[in-house]
Amino acid sequence: MSEIAARKPATGRRKIELDPRLAAYKGVWVFIEHERGVTHSVSWELLGEGRKLADQLGVELAGVVLGPPGPVMRQVCTEAYRHGADLCYLIEDSILASYRNEPYTKGLTALVNKYQPEIMLLGATTLGRDLAGSIATTLATGLTADCTELRIDMENRSLAATRPTFGGSLLCTIQTLNFRPQMATVRPRVMHMPERDEARSGRIVEQPLCLLETDIVTKVLHYIADDQQNQAQLAYADIIVAGGRGLKRPENFQLVWDLASVLGAEVGATRPLVQAGWVSADRQVGQTGKTVRPKLYIAAGISGAIQHRVGMESSDVIIAINEDANAPIFDFATYAIVGNAMQILPALTEAFRHYLVTARRAS
Amino acid sequence: MHIVVCIKQVPDSAQIRVHPVTNTIMRQGVPAIINPYDLYALEEALRLKDLHRGRVTALCMGPLQAEAALRKALSFGADEAILVSDRAFAGSDTLATSYALAAAIKRVQQDMPIDLVFAGKQTIDGDTAQVGPGIAKRLGLQLLTYVAKIEALDLEQGSITVHRRAEGGVQVLKTSLPCLVTVLEGINEMRFATMDDMFRAARHPLKIWDKSAAGIDDLSKIGLKGSPTIVAKVFAPQPKAQKAERIETQSGAPKDIAATLLSKLLTHHPQLGREIAKRAS
Repeated sequence: MSEIAARKPATGRRKIELDPRLAAYKGVWVFIEHERGVTHSVSWELLGEGRKLADQLGVELAGVVLGPPGPVMRQVCTEAYRHGADLCYLIEDSILASYRNEPYTKGLTALVNKYQPEIMLLGATTLGRDLAGSIATTLATGLTADCTELRIDMENRSLAATRPTFGGSLLCTIQTLNFRPQMATVRPRVMHMPERDEARSGRIVEQPLCLLETDIVTKVLHYIADDQQNQAQLAYADIIVAGGRGLKRPENFQLVWDLASVLGAEVGATRPLVQAGWVSADRQVGQTGKTVRPKLYIAAGISGAIQHRVGMESSDVIIAINEDANAPIFDFATYAIVGNAMQILPALTEAFRHYLVTARRAS
Repeated sequence: MHIVVCIKQVPDSAQIRVHPVTNTIMRQGVPAIINPYDLYALEEALRLKDLHRGRVTALCMGPLQAEAALRKALSFGADEAILVSDRAFAGSDTLATSYALAAAIKRVQQDMPIDLVFAGKQTIDGDTAQVGPGIAKRLGLQLLTYVAKIEALDLEQGSITVHRRAEGGVQVLKTSLPCLVTVLEGINEMRFATMDDMFRAARHPLKIWDKSAAGIDDLSKIGLKGSPTIVAKVFAPQPKAQKAERIETQSGAPKDIAATLLSKLLTHHPQLGREIAKRAS
């Protein structure tokens, strides 16, 4: 991109005039995902990213909040301002108490058609993907999934959304030039959480839903909350110990659990181990599993194939243990231990245990 | 009962390699497989067929080589297989793809009404999870994504009840047929095809539809023309500037390596040390 720009005459980069039909769309929107009293943190991460895009475009950043009537949704709006939004579009209706595709698609589509944002971002969660795909089709516009970088191409005032392709082996930058809004989803923990600013406030623009419960075909019979104790909370873990095929035998995976229990860490694994049934699918890290961003990631017997790498490479510190000195994981780990994971893991467990005992005594 | 299962033929991503010098995808010798998530969708459809009788139609959009994926679907027990294939589809993004598949499903419907459309939760090559919702919107079907379990299917009443994975829990949803369901991995275990099944599948006539056979009249909705997104550039991920710092000791004993690592960690990342220590108290 920069190469092309450099070759242009010095008289300046000519901005391409936007078609007035497209120029009518202004502002950056972030869909604030809220379900059953909990706002998904990916929405705040997206507001942080959306703030940068809006500032570059010189437009407002809006949060879009859909939910049941009551004080909770107003609090969500307040939180949205504190994370960077200038205003919130709010649709309150008891029909929106639980997520369902039809009323959410209709409500959000109506908002888009009325207020015409140029960019709309959603979290790549089960809810966000369900909703984004439906809205993009209804509006016949472009949608780019699982973006890892969002930028504005000022030459044509368009969103340049970069995402991994071919299982993360390559990256591609995707643009929607002739349609608005430009839509993108981003996985949780890919973007940084913005600083929360208590002093920030904003305004609410309300819109009615104009639907009747009898019009909605799909009914929520009930909701089974996950047993938090048994579900892996990988995506938000600060420390993760993960194992791969280098552990050789299922019983050796216990060594990963041992270290994790000393560190109070979550346990992760590569896809082959999940497929072999050594660990449950909710512990899979990588392209078809979870994206994680812990402060410490200990990878034992993991070669670092791209499918795994895309799910964990933004960890702050990566300790990799592998017998093969040429394993790709050493290209992006922080610390490399070339050795047998079955011997190193127990030694690490012991070392951390000792450190913790000392730390406890000191305090 | 009639279920259409959308399947896609994809390169086995576990075997894709990037050329270390040119940074291009080395496709040679990479086997093509049925998108693993779609297999769960196919199996779930076949299980419903076992219970309720009826027909399962496998539908695939892709180049002519994708015939292999459909033959495989037939060998597992699909009754019919349709390959929607046309050069005009080249360059389709998810919006254009959902248009073509929705048109083909409408065409299938003319021969026999459809109760359900099944698909995997996403593909392993595109990873977008956008085509399923797209088809549902285009056909005006109710949409149930990330389905972990089909609890009940009542054909007389025309309703289906499913468990849908949400963030932090599972929604139990009931909706009317016809509807589109995308299934989650692990919902079932794929059956094996017997030798007889494979012979039957090999002999089975395959329907190959070009754009007009699939009932597509608006050419501005398919291929590159029908795709609002454009790929502006493709590039290799930046390698990290620095290689990992290797932890070595003279003795090479695991105990010494662990101690060296720990002291490095605590010296260079004191915050991490505090984070770990916090867990002790």
